[in-house]
Amino acid sequence: MSDLNTVTSAEAPGGQPSLPRGPVKKDKPRSLAADAWADLRKRKIFWVAIVLVAAILVMAIWPTLFTSADPGACALSNQYKGSSGSALFGYDYQGCDIYAKVIHGARNSIIVGILSTALAGVIGLIFGLSAGYFGGWLDAVLSRFIDIMLGVPFLLAGIVLSNRLSSDPKSNGIFAVTLTLGLLSWTSGARVMRSAVITAKNQDYVAAARMLGSSPARLIFRHILPNSIASYIVLLTLLLGINIASEATLSFLGVGLKNGAISWGIMIAEGTSFARTQPWPLVWPALFLGVTVLAFIMLGDAVRDAFDPKLR
Amino acid sequence: MFRYIVRRLLQMVLTFFGATFLLFALVFANQKDPIQALVGERPVTESQRTFLTERYHLDDGFFTQYWYYLKGVLTGDFGTSLTGRKIVDMMSDAWPVTLRLALIAIVIAATFSVSAGVYSAIKRGGIFDNVSLLLTLVLLAMPIVVIAPLFQLIFGIQLGWFPPTATRDATFWQLLLPAIVLACIVIAPEMRVTRTAVAENLRADYVRTARAKGLTRMRVIWVHVLRNSLIPVVTLIGVDLGGLMAGAIVTEHVFNIPGVGFNLARAIRTEDGPLVVGFVSILVILFLFINLLVDLMYAALDPRIRYE
Amino acid sequence: MDVLPGVDPRAPLLEVSDLHVEFRTGYGVAKAVNGANFWLSPGETLAILGESGCGKSVTAQAIMGILDTPPGYVTQGQIKYRGVDLLKMSENDRRKVRANRIAMIFQDALSALNPVYTVGFQLGELFRKHRGMSRGDAKKRAIDLLDQVKIPAAKARIDDYPHQFSGGMRQRVMIAMALALDPEVLIADEPTTALDVTVQAQIMGLLADLQRQRNMGLILITHDMGVVADVADRISVMYAGKVVEEAPVYDIYARPAHPYTRALLESIPRLDMKGQQLSVIRGLPPALTDVPKGCAFNPRCAYARDACRQDPAPPAYQVSHQPHRTARCHFFREVIGE
Repeated sequence: MSDLNTVTSAEAPGGQPSLPRGPVKKDKPRSLAADAWADLRKRKIFWVAIVLVAAILVMAIWPTLFTSADPGACALSNQYKGSSGSALFGYDYQGCDIYAKVIHGARNSIIVGILSTALAGVIGLIFGLSAGYFGGWLDAVLSRFIDIMLGVPFLLAGIVLSNRLSSDPKSNGIFAVTLTLGLLSWTSGARVMRSAVITAKNQDYVAAARMLGSSPARLIFRHILPNSIASYIVLLTLLLGINIASEATLSFLGVGLKNGAISWGIMIAEGTSFARTQPWPLVWPALFLGVTVLAFIMLGDAVRDAFDPKLR
Repeated sequence: MFRYIVRRLLQMVLTFFGATFLLFALVFANQKDPIQALVGERPVTESQRTFLTERYHLDDGFFTQYWYYLKGVLTGDFGTSLTGRKIVDMMSDAWPVTLRLALIAIVIAATFSVSAGVYSAIKRGGIFDNVSLLLTLVLLAMPIVVIAPLFQLIFGIQLGWFPPTATRDATFWQLLLPAIVLACIVIAPEMRVTRTAVAENLRADYVRTARAKGLTRMRVIWVHVLRNSLIPVVTLIGVDLGGLMAGAIVTEHVFNIPGVGFNLARAIRTEDGPLVVGFVSILVILFLFINLLVDLMYAALDPRIRYE
Repeated sequence: MDVLPGVDPRAPLLEVSDLHVEFRTGYGVAKAVNGANFWLSPGETLAILGESGCGKSVTAQAIMGILDTPPGYVTQGQIKYRGVDLLKMSENDRRKVRANRIAMIFQDALSALNPVYTVGFQLGELFRKHRGMSRGDAKKRAIDLLDQVKIPAAKARIDDYPHQFSGGMRQRVMIAMALALDPEVLIADEPTTALDVTVQAQIMGLLADLQRQRNMGLILITHDMGVVADVADRISVMYAGKVVEEAPVYDIYARPAHPYTRALLESIPRLDMKGQQLSVIRGLPPALTDVPKGCAFNPRCAYARDACRQDPAPPAYQVSHQPHRTARCHFFREVIGE
């Protein structure tokens, strides 16, 4: 799993999507969003990602569309049975229907992913906006604080914090993991927002609006946010993929979801122990997790290439 | 150079206090029953309770507790595991094998990402370039909990090319597959940065001079271009180190390598709180220290900073 | 020194004939050089003069064989060094010509020197790779060279990095690097443009001294008519990838034969013309993707007539035999007569 900074700084696949792309238009340019959309529509990787993400979301919202079996109904008599009837992928060590578990596992992954990313997004937005807009000592303090946060590797802090938050023996850990990932992953978003605001603030039309007496709130919401929100959403899409991967890693290590909550990370951990004799209980959840994370990263990567004016 | 080092050291000191405080606060701040939190769900005996209270100065105020923790960290006293062993001793048993694993991984990652990155940059837009960009995207997205078990399953168990698990004395041959898994974490970002940097440097004026000097193409690329391109690649190593540490926890657990990550993973499973806090503290300090080294190396690679 | 097959010491030093270079980009093909002709003898200084974008630097790079390919390609012509066509050589032989026989000085020494290696390394590299010297010997030779280009305390500065030198000193390092292997031809591409006026004179003086000592042929590429008058023997004026006029320096200043040369001369500020308006050349040089029909200069030319706006472009008319002068203008007699 990689750091968000490296994902965002890395280049687009497909070489240079930049230079000659049709004739240079001299007439009034379309808006950035329209331009980006026209560009996106031509990318195969974007459509692959969209289809995958849609499938995963449907799976998370209506798992019963795919399977009628109850993932919790396990019978030891079914241990390691091959695929039969509705149990397409066979049964695991405890005699649970692997297919049903994998399908139902999508929901927890997506819930934790979306909620923690939303939390990180809100924190990053508030911190980044205020640091960039007000500057001065507030900016200095927040920037130093972010430096300190980056001084502790993300997952090490995650292990410690998640371990502590989920100390209640009855909880299933969803709340704890969501809070952990949300509280720890907002830093890169705040940095991006901060520099976007500083850039926007120095633009002439914003300066003009300020001289005409716009209130700070109006300036932020009408002039600055609309210009920086696109890159921020792209960043959050990538972060969503990373947070889903982090949830699985924490669950794998035993500090994430627990007490019967279905998680691909836990299934992988269980599958690994018996992989020597029974590979499938490991392979299926690993495949689903890998494809899910890849789908979000691909989506974010494609949208960023379309929106990034530097690559145009 | 001197001013650069001093400034960097001051930053390091600030981050050190901040990071250790943050870590400490994550564990102990505003905790109703910190002892129960440390040991998790297992029952606590009265003597353990007394011991832990004394050890972490739980009767004192929060800042006093942090002060004692910091004093321990600075004097190399990281406390005792619930198993009764000193954490420093456990660390000194565990680190050699982890270091070997990390070194093999770094050599693999550096060799592969630099050569592939350079080749991609030279043949920009070619088949190799496009395929490797797509592959690095997949690699960037794969969580370590997917790569480690699947590689073990495919290359260790099914194909039998590598030993699937390590024994106590972890030979080079046993460490090779887990090292490849670890290398996968850093290959993708490093290769992409190498590619971008080399492609940029190939257009630089000094490359034209080097060619006008009648040097061979190989020398122009591997001596003149690469040395300049390595500067951003080296900085990335510091950033990637955090991911590498997390990766080592999962990888050593999966491949049964008795190193630092293995002990940490076991400490998490057995809910040995003091051991987790101790090991994580050591790793955080190591992380800060290596990032300092990377920044100094950066100065060594770029004379323009050295003589600032 | 490596022996090059076919080299005839009695053949002319350097002869460029009908050179064509084009750049193939996504926006179309830019014809940077469209049939350049000139020659160079030992000890002689030839100035190639022209506005930026006229193809003079590209010509230099084509002679050196350091064009960026792609997008740049030599499509036609010959570059003969001592009777051997460099364009027909193997890449390996060509490489041995560089620095050994033909060397080059670049405009901006700060970006042209590698920032992460010491000056000593970059100079010594030439001796190590071309002459097989040890590091120690190469360093001694490098110090000698710095002495020759008059860098004070050469021994102390040999381990410094390029950014630690001043602009003038850096250009001296570049010159030392070009002269290291005693080349017979030196190409200097705007060697003083990035420097202060006082330093410019010193550098040009140094170049002239070194050229005389070594009897080198020097190709000086510049847009600065003032520099040319002091040091050049002959001048080739380039416009839109062609040599439009070629003549000894005295003749060209006294009686230009091409309207473009004439316009260039009139745009030099002169003390005796104080108070009068400086004349400028109207318009811009043409885009190399879209060169005008006929004479490329016709849209900006005061002499232009219908013949100038139609293909074929004017050939290189012989203006005089002794001295040898050519001009690509149908009406050169009219221009020169005024």
